[in-house]
Amino acid sequence: MAAKKGRQASDRSGKAERARRKSRVVLLVGTRKGAWLYLADKARKAWRVRGPHFLGHIINHVVLDPRDRETLLVAAKTGHLGPTIFRSTDLGRHWAEATRPPAFAKAAEGEPGRAVDHTFWITPGHASEPAVWYAGTSPQGLFRSEDGGDTWQPFSAINQDPQYRRWMGGAQDGTPDGPKLHSIIVDPRDPAHLYVAMSGGGVHESVDGGRTFAPLLQGMEVVEGFDRSDATFHDPHCVRICPGKPDRLYQQNHCGIYRLDRPSDRWVHIGASMPKRVGDIGFPMVVHPRDPDTAWVFPMDGTSVWPRTSPGGKPAVYATRNAGRSWKRLDDGLPAKHAWWTVKRQAMTADALDPAGLYFGTTSGELWMSRSEGRRWVCIARHLPEVYSVEAAIVG
Amino acid sequence: MNVLIPSALRSYTGQGQVNATGTTLAAALGDLERQYPGIRFRMIDEQGQVRPHMRLFVNGEQVRDLAHPLQATDQLVIIQALSGG
Repeated sequence: MAAKKGRQASDRSGKAERARRKSRVVLLVGTRKGAWLYLADKARKAWRVRGPHFLGHIINHVVLDPRDRETLLVAAKTGHLGPTIFRSTDLGRHWAEATRPPAFAKAAEGEPGRAVDHTFWITPGHASEPAVWYAGTSPQGLFRSEDGGDTWQPFSAINQDPQYRRWMGGAQDGTPDGPKLHSIIVDPRDPAHLYVAMSGGGVHESVDGGRTFAPLLQGMEVVEGFDRSDATFHDPHCVRICPGKPDRLYQQNHCGIYRLDRPSDRWVHIGASMPKRVGDIGFPMVVHPRDPDTAWVFPMDGTSVWPRTSPGGKPAVYATRNAGRSWKRLDDGLPAKHAWWTVKRQAMTADALDPAGLYFGTTSGELWMSRSEGRRWVCIARHLPEVYSVEAAIVG
Repeated sequence: MNVLIPSALRSYTGQGQVNATGTTLAAALGDLERQYPGIRFRMIDEQGQVRPHMRLFVNGEQVRDLAHPLQATDQLVIIQALSGG
């Protein structure tokens, strides 16, 4: 009997070991012309490409379900066709289209209605709600699926709330291809605790499962001459919650880099300690998978007419290891000059390995990674279309 | 009626020409949706408007009103408007 138990334990540990060895890192890359998957073992030195998927589609986000490590959702549209969600339950080998993609409620007769132009952001629900997903759209709207992403419904009152509609503004009040609801965050400790950000409209929090939201604006700057107490004028670019300390959030904003430590509701301008010649404008914000004091940004030129290129044509990641008190330039391996690209808000991420892998995709179609938390960078793909999103996940 | 399908929507139909029935444009599009689930939303938004870069022609005339009446002998042509880049 003891021998049998021993064999069973050995079988279990052997199975776990084989699974550990088989597990891989997958990069999910959304671009202006399709989606690609890049796979590597945990050494992350040799990458194998799968794709293109949906060639010619505008892919704003590709997200793996961390709850089953197999389901993928893809936010897609084309220049002609309306928006949709594609789903795979076998890591991209087969795809099916959502039965009901995110769509606003039909307006009453005679009233102007809104139509989703594209789904911009996808977030898996809480671990305790395995079929739940959230989506943010342009025009700005929040949607939820309770069946694994097959059917979507408008979620929460904010899509129709007159105050929120005023804060959201119209097509002219946001980014060039429309204002976007993004950075949908589910507190890993509480499925009813949500954050969302609006590219025109600020960061908002719900503690009642999305029934109501309230703005989180204190401490934030806005463009000179505007009223910082009005959410309309706030432009968060990317907000992340720290997995290692969910009471801490970092934000890359149109007006700099910020940190928020709850229960405080006052953001701290940690970008003030960035070098003045570089500034603290950018799109992405990346947090460490375990260390809440570590975060990375990718600054861009936000001066004069806002070129939105790497400052001076010299791209670099900046890292803080002390929650924003100081920043270190990390550009070893990146082009030393004449590199006029930047990184969009969903196009930079970290994996959960130790040391954490960092990844970003560029507006010029390159995919870069670091196996050393940013100390050294290597290019793993060139000649892709403009990269819109990069997510990293562990599969297998 | 005969319906000409543009290349961007042939992933739904598998062919360039299909048949649909209906006494209005809305009904014909509804029949297409019944046969090829998902195809309608790629052309018509949730407010019932033809999407900005899609065009519908009935017997050579552009139509945007989904209440437009149709006959079985009509030809419906769906095209992608110019939208490059």
